[in-house]
Amino acid sequence: MLALDPLLTGDVGWWPEVAIVVIKVVLAFVALLVAVMAMIWFERKIHADMTNRIGPNLAGPFGIFQTLADGIKFFFKEDLMPRRADPLVFRLAPYLSLIPAFITFVVIPLGGRFDGDRQGVIKLPGFHKETLLQVADPHVGILLVLAMSSIAVYGVMLAGWSSGSKYPLLGGVRATAQMISYEAGLGLAVLAVLLRTGSLSTNAIVAHQSGWNWNLWMTLFVPFVVFLIAITAEMNRPPFDLVEAEQELIGGFHTEYSSIRFALFFLSEFMNVVTMSAIIVTLFFGGPDGPSFGPDWLRALLPTVWFLAKLIVFLFLFVSFRATLPRLRYDQLMDLGWKAMIPLALGWFLLLVTVRIAADNDWNPFATVAVIVAGFAAGGLMLRKAIRTSAARRAAEEVAI
Amino acid sequence: MGYLGGFAVTIRKFFGHDTDSGRVVTKAYRAGQGGKSDEKRTKALRLHGRHVLNRYEDGMEKCIGCELCAGVCPARCIYVRGADNDPDDPTSPGERFGFVYEINYLRCIHCDLCVEACPTEAITESKLFEFSFTNRDDAIYTKAELVVDDDGMPKKLPWEDWREGDDLNTSAWMRATAPAGDADFEGIVAWAGELGYGVRAPEGGQPAERAAAEARAHDHTDDHGGGHH
Repeated sequence: MLALDPLLTGDVGWWPEVAIVVIKVVLAFVALLVAVMAMIWFERKIHADMTNRIGPNLAGPFGIFQTLADGIKFFFKEDLMPRRADPLVFRLAPYLSLIPAFITFVVIPLGGRFDGDRQGVIKLPGFHKETLLQVADPHVGILLVLAMSSIAVYGVMLAGWSSGSKYPLLGGVRATAQMISYEAGLGLAVLAVLLRTGSLSTNAIVAHQSGWNWNLWMTLFVPFVVFLIAITAEMNRPPFDLVEAEQELIGGFHTEYSSIRFALFFLSEFMNVVTMSAIIVTLFFGGPDGPSFGPDWLRALLPTVWFLAKLIVFLFLFVSFRATLPRLRYDQLMDLGWKAMIPLALGWFLLLVTVRIAADNDWNPFATVAVIVAGFAAGGLMLRKAIRTSAARRAAEEVAI
Repeated sequence: MGYLGGFAVTIRKFFGHDTDSGRVVTKAYRAGQGGKSDEKRTKALRLHGRHVLNRYEDGMEKCIGCELCAGVCPARCIYVRGADNDPDDPTSPGERFGFVYEINYLRCIHCDLCVEACPTEAITESKLFEFSFTNRDDAIYTKAELVVDDDGMPKKLPWEDWREGDDLNTSAWMRATAPAGDADFEGIVAWAGELGYGVRAPEGGQPAERAAAEARAHDHTDDHGGGHH
């Protein structure tokens, strides 16, 4: 078995197996909520530092309880629903975007030693049981992530549609087009990782990267860049936040939402930042992999430390995206998605396949490289020709009109 | 490399606030509710805040109840009623005085037109805008609240946040354009300032620029032989 939680391989009884699972679920839930609260504070503080401001500084030391204060305020605000809204869908939509963000988190390995042949298995001291430091390790791990990110689209889309109001509708329409476009690039970038690992299980992907064999350089950087850009668009983070573009759509899909329902959207947005950063770390940066030293307790603790360190780097990166990059225009967004991300990810996937087959069959490396370069050049030229032809036709049509 | 240049800017800001393009400009203003630092930003010279009704040095009110301020007010937030002075105990020099004077600060837009309309410099605007109220009655300032005290200082109401120096510039007003539209009077104080403070130095016109502009206009006329006359 390539990867399965050893806790659930033998006899499974209420005690201690199910109890351990329940504890893990509760811990992950709490950890994620705390992480999201910290993330909101982190984002506001860092963003303020980058734009000559101070940021929240009144609630608690350094304003760290600002999120808590905001949450309490949201609970006590009046909950409004437009008269023309579809009541059921209007109430459902926030949960459709929140719950996928939670579910994605369960497949992420948060720690455990992957050096040697350990596969991230840890021994629980009190229970005499072995388990993985992740809530679940389904064989379809990455597919689950992709599925959940697709379902999250419904949250945004249905919120926009059910509000019965024009700005949310525009935001919802934008969301569907944008998220579906970038999902293709996203999936193709993930394919490169899956090709190398040969498994969909996140635990197997991390185990395969142990010992500095990180997918970042094993897949030659490009899938990571594509994945990073596509995931930013998936999350509706700046510079791809056309879905809620304040200057054009007021609040976009959540214009008509207020009180705790609005807070749920916000929560899910920031939760997505945390979980997707964790997914990037898992897929491309070896998850909890890192230097291991010291006594046994430190060796057991270090992977989680490395994981958190990498996570924070990406959280910072997403914040700096928001502070730096201006929002794309809609046609630029579509151009980037369809004419740059998807061809690039697809071409790179074919390249990795070619390299792998060449290595398996002992083909001449120079000939392989020459064929790859020729293939890329031909593909690029054809793509350029196609784009230019269609642009010229469009221009001609406009002149005709 | 435009995008990467942008990242350099934000990262530089993040690691050191003292960059050449600016530093943290936020002041920790906490409306007098405590905390380590509670400071106001320096206000612009021509900022328009809450009004005061001025008095002469002998204590007489300047307002003559002419209602010009109420007439000019675009927000219709001023209500004035004049009344005849008691000859034995006049409130203001002259025949009439402002008997009722109310300003509704839920409507006032602080455009300063009332100040420009006033013939006796009775109403001026202070620099205070840090006042908020919790009911609509407090929002309507009556004469009792607007008239300055015996020292010529504005009355400090409980819901207003006056700080040291805030009340000094209540009369610091000067017509932005010359009163009669005569350009020669630009930069000359058209303000009595009998309270003894608050009149700031005149802003010295733009003689150099005006001369240059006139010279240009002159050349222009010469070039075209004044054809459009």
